[in-house]
Amino acid sequence: MSKGLPEARTDSAMSELVPEPRPKPAVPMKPVSINSNLLGYIGIDTIIEQMRKKTMKTGFDFNIMVVGQSGLGKSTLVNTLFKSQVSRKASSWNREEKIPKTVEIKAIGHVIEEGGVKMKLTVIDTPGFGDQINNENCWEPIEKYINEQYEKFLKEEVNIARKKRIPDTRVHCCLYFISPTGHSLRPLDLEFMKHLSKVVNIIPVIAKADTMTLEEKSEFKQRVRKELEVNGIEFYPQKEFDEDLEDKTENDKIRQESMPFAVVGSDKEYQVNGKRVLGRKTPWGIIEVENLNHCEFALLRDFVIRTHLQDLKEVTHNIHYETYRAKRLNDNGGLPPGEGLLGTVLPPVPATPCPTAE
Amino acid sequence: MDKEYVGFAALPNQLHRKSVKKGFDFTLMVAGESGLGKSTLINSLFLTNLYEDRQVPDASARTTQTLTIERRAVEIEEGGIKVKLTLVDTPGFGDSVDCSDCWLPVVRFIEEQFEQYLRDESGLNRKNIQDSRVHCCLYFISPFGRGLRPLDVAFLRAVHEKVNIIPVIAKADALMPRETQVLKQKIRDQLKEEEINIYQFPECDSDEDEEFKKQNEEMKGSIPFAVVGSCEVVRDGGTRPVRGRRYSWGTVEVENPHHCDFLNLRRMLVQTHLQDLKEVTHDLLYEGYRARCLQNLARPGARDRASRSKLSRQSATEIPLPMLPLADTEKLIREKDEELRRMQEMLEKMQAQMQQNQAQGEQSDSL
Repeated sequence: MSKGLPEARTDSAMSELVPEPRPKPAVPMKPVSINSNLLGYIGIDTIIEQMRKKTMKTGFDFNIMVVGQSGLGKSTLVNTLFKSQVSRKASSWNREEKIPKTVEIKAIGHVIEEGGVKMKLTVIDTPGFGDQINNENCWEPIEKYINEQYEKFLKEEVNIARKKRIPDTRVHCCLYFISPTGHSLRPLDLEFMKHLSKVVNIIPVIAKADTMTLEEKSEFKQRVRKELEVNGIEFYPQKEFDEDLEDKTENDKIRQESMPFAVVGSDKEYQVNGKRVLGRKTPWGIIEVENLNHCEFALLRDFVIRTHLQDLKEVTHNIHYETYRAKRLNDNGGLPPGEGLLGTVLPPVPATPCPTAE
Repeated sequence: MDKEYVGFAALPNQLHRKSVKKGFDFTLMVAGESGLGKSTLINSLFLTNLYEDRQVPDASARTTQTLTIERRAVEIEEGGIKVKLTLVDTPGFGDSVDCSDCWLPVVRFIEEQFEQYLRDESGLNRKNIQDSRVHCCLYFISPFGRGLRPLDVAFLRAVHEKVNIIPVIAKADALMPRETQVLKQKIRDQLKEEEINIYQFPECDSDEDEEFKKQNEEMKGSIPFAVVGSCEVVRDGGTRPVRGRRYSWGTVEVENPHHCDFLNLRRMLVQTHLQDLKEVTHDLLYEGYRARCLQNLARPGARDRASRSKLSRQSATEIPLPMLPLADTEKLIREKDEELRRMQEMLEKMQAQMQQNQAQGEQSDSL
């Protein structure tokens, strides 16, 4: 895949760039002692530190899409995930705010910074999904948008004078919100995931999970997992992309036990045991969003941001985008897409694409 | 003094005794998307386990499922009074990807019950009319949306003139108190905007005491009721066992008025307004149906439409309704109309012909 650049195995190192918890660096910052046992110290192990410095300067992109019926707490969850008001909640109680008649795609970008690292986060909202009486093919605008981003990237890549850093608007992760009925998935959920799991990384989450007791939650999750399996729907992390045994065992555990994550989101803080926590206050108790005994928000957050962020991007780039690209090239008879490149003499398409410098 | 004592003060008692002997029929319909806790709520309301043997289909099965109407009957006895409760369920409602017109089978069902009653009423043997009309429809609104969804509005508009609607917010333990208030207000506003008539709980009598009136007003103000149902009894750390749902952060008590409106719903539906629901169904909704029905039977464009709509009970028996299903009767009348019109046309032609002949004859005579 990558040509000698150490990007292939950088996910473990890159994840160090995502702040807290910061695991101890695997490599010392500077050579510790002069009386080393090695024959001599070269210093190539500092490459990781150089990359880290570089990334901190340039920052990185992350594009997350949220899909689900209105009212399932999508915007609140995204705000809770990134601890900032990155998603404008549909003014829920505004009378003039009507449900859009077709699915709209709204992409809003934010730059958030933590520990010196800048992230350009784009949240892609899909209001109108699943809200009509007739929801046939309501996933089509979403599929179209995702493919359009791949197309944009492809066009940039095929250019002669390429930008140093191709702006990456491709959807790295799609959070699909399942309604907590407690019974099973709805036909619309199945249809959406069947169509879209082949083009984008789908992470199903069970929304507003504070309506289910522990038993109900575990039963529901089991049933959902089984339904997804029976229908051949591969959600992220997909089994076929596990790179090694370590990945496989880690991901197996997540796939078979934790997912889909049953989450609760909140942007309000309450005082619990002397601490201020994000939660929901009801007459019968306070639901703490980050308490693992209450819901799995912390698991989702760690999964998406702290451990698998880079992997999400890589799978998008190396698998989904490649699939799209191959299809496009095949459609054009092996030639690069002609539209938009008329009149230019095109270099032969490289056998493997150069990964974009992050 | 005995002469002035007529004795009909004992009438209510007589009525009471008769009703007790006869027992009550009540048909309750529950409607709403699946997964909103309808079955659990019904079991909680009537303290039964009506849905023991039901199978919940998974998503792929539901893709091909069409809406069905299911009826379950249970006899409940309390304090010597027998109630035959019929529950009408609408599995499949709102499940498909395309839910267009999915409410039509429900509307048809309600009208069929009216039709049946109309036929029975107009028939010869009226002693044992079975009243299968739907007296009340509990409509379950999702707490996850932002008020009524397009499907909710479409359903309610299709049935609001045909059945008493009591809207409830399902799974209300998903909401914090402020969210509940906002959602209720939003739903009330939407109902007004869409001109949907829900069941109006009647005002209490003016001779009730202030406390009771205040309570009644409060209850009416909390419509739509935000309910939580549970079939499980929870023992909460030493205190008395309650029906509830146990979470890691606390236990929701179904019968606690601070937690949800279950008690209000139970009181208003079962304890105080069961009879009123039946009466409104009979006096208002059924009569409306009957009037529309008979109006349509009359020849279109006929005179005295107004008088026909005020058909009294007596004249109803003169119309041969029980003979044919209503659709066929209509067809027959239309056919007869056509015939009449054709005959009239022919007559006019013949008359014109005759006049012409006469005129010609006169001419030839005069010539």
